[in-house]
Amino acid sequence: MVIPAGTCGQASGANDLIAAAEKEILLCGLDKNIRVRVTGCHGFCEMEPSVLIEPDNTFYPQVKPDDIPRLIKAVLDGKILEDLLLVSEEGKKYYHQNDLPFYQTQVRSILAAHEKIDPLSIANYIENDGYSAIAEVLENGAPEAILAEVKNSNLRGRGGAGFPTGKKWEMLANQSNGSGKYLICNADEGDPGAYMDRSVLEGNPHSIIEGMLLGAYATGATAGVIYVRKEYPLAIKHLELALTQAAEYGLLGDDILGKGFSFNLSLAKGAGAFVCGEETALIRSIEGKMGEPRQRPPFPITKGLYRKPTAINNVETWANIPIIIRQGAKKFTGVGTRNNSGTKIFSLVGKIKNTGLVEVPMGITLKEIIYGIGGGPSAKAKIKAVQTGGPSGGCIPTARFDLAIDYDSLVDAGSIMGSGGMIVMDEHTCMVDVAKYFMAFLKDESCGKCFTCRKGTQRMYELLEDISQGKGTLKHLELLKELAEVVKDTTMCGLGQTASNPVLSTLRYFRDEYLAHIEKQQCPAGVCKALITYSINENCTGCGMCVSVCSEEAISGLRKQRYKIDSDKCIKCGTCKGVCKFEAIEVS
Amino acid sequence: MINLVINGLPVAVEEGSTILEAAKYLGFPIPTLCHLEGLSNYGACRLCVVEIGEGPKARLVSSCTYQVEEGLKVRTASARVVKARKMVLELLLASCPQSKVIQDLASAHDVRQQRFRQEHEDCILCGLCIRMCEEQMMAKAIGFRNRGENRSIGTPFDMKSEECRLCGGCMYVCPACQLRCTYMEPEKAICGGCANLSPPCLEKSSFEDMMCYMDPCVACEIRKD
Ligand SMILES: Cc1cc2nc3c(=O)[nH]c(=O)nc-3n(C[C@H](O)[C@H](O)[C@H](O)COP(=O)(O)O)c2cc1C
Ligand code: FES
Repeated sequence: MVIPAGTCGQASGANDLIAAAEKEILLCGLDKNIRVRVTGCHGFCEMEPSVLIEPDNTFYPQVKPDDIPRLIKAVLDGKILEDLLLVSEEGKKYYHQNDLPFYQTQVRSILAAHEKIDPLSIANYIENDGYSAIAEVLENGAPEAILAEVKNSNLRGRGGAGFPTGKKWEMLANQSNGSGKYLICNADEGDPGAYMDRSVLEGNPHSIIEGMLLGAYATGATAGVIYVRKEYPLAIKHLELALTQAAEYGLLGDDILGKGFSFNLSLAKGAGAFVCGEETALIRSIEGKMGEPRQRPPFPITKGLYRKPTAINNVETWANIPIIIRQGAKKFTGVGTRNNSGTKIFSLVGKIKNTGLVEVPMGITLKEIIYGIGGGPSAKAKIKAVQTGGPSGGCIPTARFDLAIDYDSLVDAGSIMGSGGMIVMDEHTCMVDVAKYFMAFLKDESCGKCFTCRKGTQRMYELLEDISQGKGTLKHLELLKELAEVVKDTTMCGLGQTASNPVLSTLRYFRDEYLAHIEKQQCPAGVCKALITYSINENCTGCGMCVSVCSEEAISGLRKQRYKIDSDKCIKCGTCKGVCKFEAIEVS
Repeated sequence: MINLVINGLPVAVEEGSTILEAAKYLGFPIPTLCHLEGLSNYGACRLCVVEIGEGPKARLVSSCTYQVEEGLKVRTASARVVKARKMVLELLLASCPQSKVIQDLASAHDVRQQRFRQEHEDCILCGLCIRMCEEQMMAKAIGFRNRGENRSIGTPFDMKSEECRLCGGCMYVCPACQLRCTYMEPEKAICGGCANLSPPCLEKSSFEDMMCYMDPCVACEIRKD
């Protein structure tokens, strides 16, 4: 009985399920017949807390603790509880996890391991082929061979820029090894709505350690640091335990597995600044300095942590390494496209039916992810766009959903891959508001060193705020565009250079929405508060639900008759619309 | 020596020099604000941007921090550079209109409009004072705090610093308030704090002594005690 309990699972109540299951098993003395395995997230967060029954992989979504005794009994009897199964809108029942449309087109080379592995147990990881790659390599492999394998795999860094990992490692290997070299795992993951790295750290921390061991062996690095944000307490807990266990098993430290190879790995906790994900800022943060990017060159590969040669890779990049070494570069390049091999995990969130982590081959189209795996819009409204790449990314409209996604195609479309956030937006999302949201994030998260990034993001926010309040003019648009381009041009690090993307991409694809705000003083999506009014139409049955939730006492009228909203009192919070069962509340 | 081409002119400079130094050597003017000889290069104001590279790979970099590379092609006044520079100045003017230095720069670069909402933030966070304090005065009394729009300069916890010797070096190099103090020439020192500004970087209350070398102040007749 597998219960995923990553941060997402725990938030939706997985801990209660685990307690209920363990109690039931203990009470009925079934510990010989059935075992509970607590794992990291499997990806389908929407359906958590979920239970997976092995070996058939029967999938039960959103299970309640009260159902556990029944479920355990059914498992013992070899039966399936039909009423707890996931049912599609057409009434089709899904028995096995693999039948779910959510999983069908996924290629889960990283995430599938999460089902099998208890992240608290190194033995469990080893049972599942864990550390076999490094053991094999230390026995028979040469560093050059691993380097060649990673190069041939065409793996590109999953942290955002897509730099070829093999090339980066080769540069590190070529640095003279006078006084040590470093490896860093970048687990700062600060994009709003992105949590794939967290899930890998929580679900399979040893795979990162093994990846870094292989990297160290290939490049001659002597020490490594995993930089993880403090906001990931569960990931930190699992990592700390994994590091202790690995050291106890002789997999870290001096003379690893008795083969004369040494590598020390430590953990550094970041205070959760988005900009500390940028590699030079991250290095300064580890050194105990202020998290501020610096001019490159010199690149970290020549002058990195403590001024020693350093290679930085993303969590997901490291997680791919043991897989590549175990199955070989050839098999790895078999998935994905020519210049973009392997799989990529996306966190699919927003106005979509199936939110969660999806791992797909590179080159899959946006349409397949959003309508296939994601199951289309979560509400009646049509999907309008998808935002990729986090705050530095851009919005891609439905018209371009045929785009096969990889690092290069997304840049052409005015966005970026980023670390893999994918926020789906429907007709009730206002693009001016979206741009404003990201600009608010960036003006807080810019380190503030470059004047044009610090002030530029503030000024872009100011202009967007004006537009969203109906105070915008065509001059605002012109200035916004001009400013956005200068900010892109004149800033030092990736944060500033991409900070204009939310503005530029919405201007490129959704200019008409901006114009509606400016010329007609209208917000077509009904979001910008200054431009909308709430009213009640003839659908109103006079049930009084809206009256009872309105904190401003803005709704009045007689029971069983049509109510009225006093627009002077209304603060446009939308609470009434949320509770009305008759679609009687209109936004115009 | 490293060979590069600036505005079409080849030049050879020592390894480790910045583009700014190389351009200066050839006599090409590049405006700067957060750069000062004798202090380390920081790259905060972005006024000194120049265009490097060619074709689609061309990009702007801050010349005060970018070190010369073999074969580098630099343009110090391309249309893209000029446009960016003007926008930087417009932004500066919108936030710190009182600074004589910024006014002069804006005027020299033909900035004739200021389209943003006027602010009076005074400090542009160029960090000259911090570097002065650390690198020339060996005090490290002030530093940057916070990030993004909350970034500011000051002493730790805003308390009077034990490291500060009230040398006034910070104010001496400040492009936003330099007219207020002239360090060793007290007869010229009129702080102006009474008329318009408080020092942008330091808490007035804890550094009263630094406000004015005149006692009482000739302008506002405030006595120190
Ligand atoms: C503002 C900013 C934030 C970043 N945040 C992250 C992050 O959270 N995680 C990450 O892996 N890379 C992040 N990066 C990218 C890193 O600088 C770096 O390119 C990456 O870690 C390299 O690893 P890779 O080659 O495996 O992709 C960020 C970059 C910028 C400019
Ligand atoms: S002088 Fe170069 S950035 Fe300020």
